[in-house]
Amino acid sequence: MAAVDRPVAKPRPVYLNLFAIRMPLPAVVSILHRASGALLFLIGIPLVLGTVQRALAAPEAWTQMRANLDAPFAKIVAVVLAWAFIHHLLAGIRHLLMDAHIGVELQGARQAAAVTLVLAVVITLAIAVRLW
Amino acid sequence: MTPNRIVVGAHYGWRDWLVQRVTAVMMVAYTLLILGLLLWFGGLDFASWKATFGNEAFRIATFVFMVALFWHAWVGVRNILMDYVKPIVVRLTLQVLVIGVLVGYAGWTLQVLWGGR
Repeated sequence: MAAVDRPVAKPRPVYLNLFAIRMPLPAVVSILHRASGALLFLIGIPLVLGTVQRALAAPEAWTQMRANLDAPFAKIVAVVLAWAFIHHLLAGIRHLLMDAHIGVELQGARQAAAVTLVLAVVITLAIAVRLW
Repeated sequence: MTPNRIVVGAHYGWRDWLVQRVTAVMMVAYTLLILGLLLWFGGLDFASWKATFGNEAFRIATFVFMVALFWHAWVGVRNILMDYVKPIVVRLTLQVLVIGVLVGYAGWTLQVLWGGR
């Protein structure tokens, strides 16, 4: 069929109101995978590098680091970054499984997405409990 | 027919796709190593912390992990920029900035691992 004979593609509706779209669970996991990755790049890497550097300096610096973690704000930052790391890790493993054609059917994909989402939150909560 | 290539695109190969997965697996292996060490030491104090970083093999493993992390971060951040930043000048500027920051982090990592001796 020549190009000119092809029916013109119908203009598709562009509807990107994120608050009106009901995102399926795998989409939620996906956008959080991206958001957590951005968070780890923007805050996680420099914070961890700086922390490791200072904590290696001397026993007093180490003690100071532990004391710093007593501040509520520091705990919140630590918990948020822990969640970002764990969610990113689990969502990444899910990606690798899907590359191996595991969990690519609708039902399996939804279940794996739910497991990723819940497990990340549960592990993060466990860390938060230990911190407080 | 030559596809409509974009200068600041992903270079249209499977290479970055593979890089993202290979670096991910490397980072998972290092994460398991850290978890194993934490279990081995039964927690973390300054002595075991310092001893761990005093080990040359651990330092090299950490450096390999960090390079994998920086490469992984580059592929990921570039994908984000490609999705949300459309003007080529802005996108290229941000991409160069990200590369600069990541190369700087690599230098910082070297300093943390080997600079203090």
